[in-house]
Amino acid sequence: MTTIMNDITFSTAEAGAGLKAALEKGRADVIGVVRESAMRGRGGAGFPTGVKWNLAAGAQGDKKYVVCNADEGEPGTFKDRAILSEWADLVLEGMTIAGYAVGAAEGIVYLRGEYTYLVRQLEDALEKRREAGLLGENIQGKDGFNFDIHLHMGCGAYICGEETALIEALEGQRGEPRNRPPFPVNTGLNGCPTIVNNVETFAWASMILAKGPEWFKGIGTEKSSGPKLFSVSGDVDKPGVYEFPMGITVAELLKNVGGGGAKAVQIGGASGNCIPACEFSRAIAFEDVSTGGSIIVFGPERDMLKVAENFLEFFEDESCGQCTPCRIGNTRLLEGIRMLQTGHCSMKYLQELCKLGETMQLASKCGLGQSSPNAFLSIVKHFRNELMGRACVMVCK
Amino acid sequence: MTEKKNNPCADGTCRVPTSQRLQTFDTSADSGDIGALVSATIDEQEIKVPMGTTILDAAKSLGIRIPTLCNHDDLCIAGVCRICVVEVEGQRTLQASCAYPITQPIVVHTHTRKVRQARRHILDLMLSEHYGECYACFRNNNCELQALAKEYGVDFFRFGHPEKPRHTIDNSSYSVIRDMDKCIQCRRCVRTCIDLQEVGVLEAVGRGKDTAIATYLDKPLGDVVCINCGQCINRCPTGALRANDSTDEVWAAIDDPTKHVIMQTAPSPRAGIGEEFGLEPGTPMTWQMNTALRRCGFDMVFDTNFTADLTIIEEGTELLIRLYKNLVEGDGSMPVPQFTSCSPGWVKYIEHFYPEYLSHVSSAKSPQQMFGALIKTWYAQINNIDPASIVSVALMPCSAKKYECNRPEMCDSGYKDIDYGLTTRECAQMIREAGIDLPEMPKSEFDEPFGTATGSGIIFGATGGVMEAALRTVLELVTGKKVEDFYEHADIIPVRGFDGCKYAEITFPDELGPVPELIAHLVPNWDWLKGVTVKVGVAHGTANAKKVMDDIKAGGKFSQCHFIEFMACPGGCLGGGGQPIPTTPEIRKARAKAIYAEDKAYGEAGKARKSHENPAVLRVYGEFLKDGPCGHLSHKLLHTEYTPRGKYIG
Repeated sequence: MTTIMNDITFSTAEAGAGLKAALEKGRADVIGVVRESAMRGRGGAGFPTGVKWNLAAGAQGDKKYVVCNADEGEPGTFKDRAILSEWADLVLEGMTIAGYAVGAAEGIVYLRGEYTYLVRQLEDALEKRREAGLLGENIQGKDGFNFDIHLHMGCGAYICGEETALIEALEGQRGEPRNRPPFPVNTGLNGCPTIVNNVETFAWASMILAKGPEWFKGIGTEKSSGPKLFSVSGDVDKPGVYEFPMGITVAELLKNVGGGGAKAVQIGGASGNCIPACEFSRAIAFEDVSTGGSIIVFGPERDMLKVAENFLEFFEDESCGQCTPCRIGNTRLLEGIRMLQTGHCSMKYLQELCKLGETMQLASKCGLGQSSPNAFLSIVKHFRNELMGRACVMVCK
Repeated sequence: MTEKKNNPCADGTCRVPTSQRLQTFDTSADSGDIGALVSATIDEQEIKVPMGTTILDAAKSLGIRIPTLCNHDDLCIAGVCRICVVEVEGQRTLQASCAYPITQPIVVHTHTRKVRQARRHILDLMLSEHYGECYACFRNNNCELQALAKEYGVDFFRFGHPEKPRHTIDNSSYSVIRDMDKCIQCRRCVRTCIDLQEVGVLEAVGRGKDTAIATYLDKPLGDVVCINCGQCINRCPTGALRANDSTDEVWAAIDDPTKHVIMQTAPSPRAGIGEEFGLEPGTPMTWQMNTALRRCGFDMVFDTNFTADLTIIEEGTELLIRLYKNLVEGDGSMPVPQFTSCSPGWVKYIEHFYPEYLSHVSSAKSPQQMFGALIKTWYAQINNIDPASIVSVALMPCSAKKYECNRPEMCDSGYKDIDYGLTTRECAQMIREAGIDLPEMPKSEFDEPFGTATGSGIIFGATGGVMEAALRTVLELVTGKKVEDFYEHADIIPVRGFDGCKYAEITFPDELGPVPELIAHLVPNWDWLKGVTVKVGVAHGTANAKKVMDDIKAGGKFSQCHFIEFMACPGGCLGGGGQPIPTTPEIRKARAKAIYAEDKAYGEAGKARKSHENPAVLRVYGEFLKDGPCGHLSHKLLHTEYTPRGKYIG
């Protein structure tokens, strides 16, 4: 793969160092290190990883699970693919550390359906780890620490990247989000405490154990520590996977990827926000513009209405169809976009659609529905003139 | 705490995916809190509730109304419609109050701007996909979506309204019609089918805008393993599911002067029909209904209880034959336990899911079909009526009865034994259409020659009723004593009540009576029953039937039973798929009360309460079915056979 465009810290990782360091510590101390690093989940929601692990470690259950969310389905995201291609061992090591920390014996990699070509490579990596005593029973001579990992293939549903829908799919059910609370850390796969973390999160966890929390905290901002991988695409000279410290401004990022002259950047994929050029000084961090890593750059020629249409077409198809606001709301928003395209959408109706967007954000059952109107709302907010300026297209019958 | 009434998913046997359940919360982390009270402040009112109580239930106990659509007292909690969202302080998003267990002190607001806007939008979104006009819908004025639209002041279609239908109506089933243009995807039907009934015909398929409630491979409902119980109809909030209505055909028969139109009425509709006329659930309308039906134009109004009594004689005799063959002759060709056969939903269920057990099912027809066969034979004979001119209608609490009367084997009289099955709802519709105010009708009796019924026939409507009726008769026939000698007022309490699977034992005394003349040719004496303990089971709702069947398969206690009553619907016939909508555990309890009260009234009026005392039944055996119960003619007319269908469909 030639998509990796700058130096990625994972290349410097010393194989096995994280696990070795972890096994020298008590379980609570391992979690302590991850908490200390203040790492927040790399999948996009940004839940503090150490807190999640601690909750799962404290939850009662005969069995616990560690699940790696490799269902990388967010439009414009491909950094997990790169990580799994190049540094799969680091991810598997991170999962093993998590298994040790929370007391789980089983790990599952839920792999995106489209990544079938990675299966052979990953199975080989798992087999090698088993042979090297890095998976299996009494790992690295640690008495009683048994942990193994297997792959589970997704089938192409975006919703299965949502952790509870992913768990449903693992149980053989239709992939649909569950009611919360309780959360998977208490009641997850097969009713057992389960941690679900992003591919990148596990890889960083491994490095944090190897290099210490201070190293990680020294990078990024106070509230968003560490480096982060980004998938950069769109109207840029050098698209690909990049590593930048958290807190980098949009402008700086654009400079690095050859995105000069951009009129807007979609940060966080289809479910993220559209940032106009006047706000390029904003920082990419959980406290400002958060992202799971997807950066889509729109050049000056791009039609923002087309952009919004594209995203909503995606959600109209990918909503799981369970709850009303998301199932029907996205369709109504998309219809609104098409009305705008032909100049048939009144100002009043556009306002109503924006309110509908708010309802979807507030009342949908899961993160998909709650974030699906984001792109629409931010495009309407920042590019209203471009949207409303359409001449009324007379429809000849 | 999680074992509360409306959390059927708590017992761990539920097949509904976890995504459609209220999840049990983890108390183990601080297990000292189990059973503890936690305080909730809802709209400034404070209340202490047990851990795990939902916001919805807490609000209910404070008298605060939160609207619901996907929530139903009989079903798992889905949290999918989102109409019940509320604002919980400290939470970024609104929370579905039906699916939010309170585990720590919370402050809730139920009607803030955000909440009102969200609810109105959710309704508007549903209406933007809901095709159809309210006045052309059988749920008009009894529709939860329509009621909410009024409650939230919907005065225009904010996000539009479909102008054309997008789905074809599936009317392939004799019993249940699906009109998916009216579906709001609350998935109550899915949960009813898979969880309450353990059938699993309906499921959500597709994603996003293509999500739909569908059968296996989208086959017509008439071609899948649907048991026609109609429980989905009773729980659908809109008109998306309805029974296959035969009122037009019945009116046409009434209007045809050459037709002799007969109505037979089952016990449960009498206990339910009042609800259609605004009466409290459990207000019996038996005698008023007789008058109303005659005024509608039915030539004769008969009591299905007559053939319920006949069923007891036939089925009871069959049971004694089975027991004799198994216990004395060692002949296993007619195995025990014997299963009842009067619930057509149950019959289709066992045909699909346990076809290898069909030899256990009593060959006796259901009371409806027995009546049909007798009307077009004996009744036609003694009244000199051409059976071809008789139109036989059955008022049933049931949608599966519509399928049953259309079974090809149900033509033993030489004609279609029953022409039309009417539900309680359809009957109420006919009465309304005739301008009759049912509750104000003068009372009148049933018509002869089937006018006399017994209390045992009445209680067929409630779960355990068939068993109680059978036991009353078997006890008296075998012991030669009165049931009252064993059970006060002849109320066999152990088989009553709403427990899903009931089990009871009755030991015969060492002194038994002579074999009554009616069945003297079948067994020589009762010596073989002396001191024998008869074990019986009762299950209602096919989910419970499944439990009992699986227990039998595993050789559990129900495999040791001699006789088991199965009813497809929760609560028995009184909770049938043709009964007035809505249905809740409380409503079913009230209907059961009405049914047992009528049984009691028979006793207080000095009328017969046991099937074998029914003079009309004895007359039929004396004049028509001369070779007695389970004799040749009775076998031809009153017994049937079943089809092993299996659950895999082509």
